Amino acid sequence: MSTPYAKLPAWADYGLIPLINLVVAFLVAGLVVLLVGESPIRAAGLLIDGAFGSGSGIAYTLYYATSFIFTGLAVAVAFHCGLFNIGGEGQAYVGGLGVALACLAFDGIFPWYLTFLFAILGSAAIGAAWAFLPAYFQAKRGSHIVITTIMFNFIAASLMVYLLVGPLKPPTSMAPQTRTFLDGAHLPKLGWVLEAMGMTVRATPLNITFILALVASVAVWVLIWRTRLGYEIRTQGFSPRAARYAGIGEARIIVITMLISGALAGMMALNPVMGDQHRLQLDFVTGAGFVGIAVALMGRSHPAGIVPAAILFGMLYQGGAEIAFEMPHISRDMIVIIQGLVILFAGALEHMFRPAIQAAFASISPRRAGLEPAKSGSV
Amino acid sequence: MAEAAIELIGIDKSFGLVRANRNIHLEVPRGTIHGIIGENGAGKSTLMSILYGFYQADSGEIRINGQPVKIDTPNDAIAAGIGMVHQHFMLVQNFTVLENVMLGAEGAPLLYGSISDARAELKRLEKDYGLEVDPDAVIEELAVGFQQRVEILKALYRGADILILDEPTGVLTPSEADHLFRILEQLKDEGKTVILITHKLREIMAITDNVSVMRQGEMVATRKTSETSVEELAELMVGRRVLLRVEKDEADPGDVKLSVRNLTVKDSRGVTMVDDVSFDVRAGEIVGIAGVAGNGQSELLEAIAGIRAAVSGDVIMDGKPIDVTGAADPSDLRERGLAHVPEDRHYTGLVLPFEENENSILGYHYHARYLNGPFLNLDAIRDDAKDKIEKFDIRPADCRLRTANFSGGNQQKIVLAREMEQDPGVLIVGQPTRGVDVGAIEFIHKRLIEMRDKGKAVLLVSVELDEIRSLSDRILVMFDGRIVGERDGEATEGELGLLMAGVEQREAAE
Repeated sequence: MSTPYAKLPAWADYGLIPLINLVVAFLVAGLVVLLVGESPIRAAGLLIDGAFGSGSGIAYTLYYATSFIFTGLAVAVAFHCGLFNIGGEGQAYVGGLGVALACLAFDGIFPWYLTFLFAILGSAAIGAAWAFLPAYFQAKRGSHIVITTIMFNFIAASLMVYLLVGPLKPPTSMAPQTRTFLDGAHLPKLGWVLEAMGMTVRATPLNITFILALVASVAVWVLIWRTRLGYEIRTQGFSPRAARYAGIGEARIIVITMLISGALAGMMALNPVMGDQHRLQLDFVTGAGFVGIAVALMGRSHPAGIVPAAILFGMLYQGGAEIAFEMPHISRDMIVIIQGLVILFAGALEHMFRPAIQAAFASISPRRAGLEPAKSGSV
Repeated sequence: MAEAAIELIGIDKSFGLVRANRNIHLEVPRGTIHGIIGENGAGKSTLMSILYGFYQADSGEIRINGQPVKIDTPNDAIAAGIGMVHQHFMLVQNFTVLENVMLGAEGAPLLYGSISDARAELKRLEKDYGLEVDPDAVIEELAVGFQQRVEILKALYRGADILILDEPTGVLTPSEADHLFRILEQLKDEGKTVILITHKLREIMAITDNVSVMRQGEMVATRKTSETSVEELAELMVGRRVLLRVEKDEADPGDVKLSVRNLTVKDSRGVTMVDDVSFDVRAGEIVGIAGVAGNGQSELLEAIAGIRAAVSGDVIMDGKPIDVTGAADPSDLRERGLAHVPEDRHYTGLVLPFEENENSILGYHYHARYLNGPFLNLDAIRDDAKDKIEKFDIRPADCRLRTANFSGGNQQKIVLAREMEQDPGVLIVGQPTRGVDVGAIEFIHKRLIEMRDKGKAVLLVSVELDEIRSLSDRILVMFDGRIVGERDGEATEGELGLLMAGVEQREAAE
């Protein structure tokens, strides 16, 4: 059957459509705010002001975004191989173990950058290890990775509770957490960069992991689009039959992809554990693994989309906290509803406005809207 | 001339900027069989979809029996007396014939009364049109030809006076096709109107009263079948003269390059698809495997190419065995000089969302010349792709274009260019011209002959009997997983047709 719509220019495909989806999500969210008896305009003002209105707001937004970039990249890499890694939450959680072990071992010996290096390796290795079994079962036994990664989230949670109330807890402490790291495991903050730009930043958790997240974004782009391995991952993701035909071992590529995905998710732990709290606590991931799914969806699994999408969700986290603080009728849960609406319109209903936009493009600027030839498929 | 059953006046339909139908005029007289031919993408399917209510025309008018009608949904089409038999049957596999015919026209919520009514009506239709089929048979147990009859019965049961058949013979043996044509004749005699969409010129000549030719969204000609010829129709379709049969010299077979011995392959359900098959392919010859789709040819090809594990048997290439029962690695086979053009180019031979240049290295992507260490050498890959685009006249000549945006013929050329340019010793090719326009068919056939003349061993699987006959030096016929006969390239269609239908050699001789 012929493709019924003209193709859109890239800027409309990657810019205009997400923007329209976002605007609609906010309009519907506004209705919800109206429904509970608050002013949507004031809420929007609070949201934006809370996220970007001050140096501290920006720093918090970027701090949250740092975590989402890692988990978003993790989901995206698996997506390119046709795998849906729901296990980012658990992989990040056990990744924290890698960070903590490196910090507890070296914080008294090494300067921060050496400890950081070991923490990166530790978090990536344990995150990858946590993704290995689901990957192996998918590759060899056909056990669906969505199911197994979800189950591994629960196992990760139980394991961490056991470790944090048992072996990792200092004997004298009552709190389920490790001891506080020494200075050799405190990452440098980045607040001074914002201050250098003339903003006031109080003690905020934005730290050097943000830079690492940006480096990881570039690395993922290189991996997916510029390496042989990325080529094989994409082939497998688009068409497992073509991958088989091309001699790409299915089991091998699934396992390797999931190891990379798990490593990226595990590295998320660096941000809160080493950059902010300086100890390993219960539930430090706080849903970042799941937000990563939304971030990857919205960012079209491309690093250039994932970074802005992560910042958007960072804004919702930070600005949302502000709304919940200022508006008595709006609780934390309302913020989750708004986030859910963004995911709904940007992810699940992504194509809702596409036909109309394409038709508009075809009539406004025919030459800009490239053509899909009507020759695909037979009579 | 009889009154027109269908009149299309000035039908226009665009998808975005693509004008799939431009100002189409068509008149189909009642009680005739009307053929519509054209290359893929000529707009036949769009036009029929408009007539059956899947799409709405941007402008123009449809008249049924002289009355203007508005067809917005398939239900409107059915109400107007139009029935459609799709290329891929729309039957519920585990329902009986009766249940399938009733589906969507059950009448009351309780089936008690309507079942007996339907049974009576089915009986009448069978008698009137020679459409014998057991109403209580389960669809999945019926041969393809019978399933198609059920589709026709479904349309007639809904009171169709006008029957549209979309590529009806693609899945049929020659004798099943003949039977279908007899049914269509009978329908015509009873006053029904039949529209036959096909790209097989031979069928058009055999059965239709009138024929209309479409090209690039336009209706370029309508002829009385008795007053035209295959050559004229082919020229009208393509817009230039085409050679329907490639010219080739006598083959000069050399040593055995590929040898298959007692190969048995089962599918995922454990059904034996290839049953104890043995044959040789020599250097410098094309061996064609004929057969109706689904008789094990696909599995045979995949087993040789290392994509599907065989149960038992040996495949020997250049005197060395290929491990066909274990996990043969397609990359190893490529290294040994086996190139494979798979039957299914959309999901196996190509990755459609990839850029053209990315597909031009699929399967050879690990070669050092395309890489810089672990990184892709994009310059080398694109230069290589441009080179192939030029040699194989792939259009548009843009190696950065998404593969899905190429036409079927050009997509196939991308696959052929990739496999042939590796200079393989053995080339195995499945359905090289399926969904490919006539102009590209000619080009592809010439290239295959060229490969043969260069001393390559070519194994060709195709369901197009004409293609097998015009290319092959030897023809093997597969039926039900076995090779039931071998003929030379001069074998007649009737002879091969009987073998393809499973009629044993002895019976055929009688």
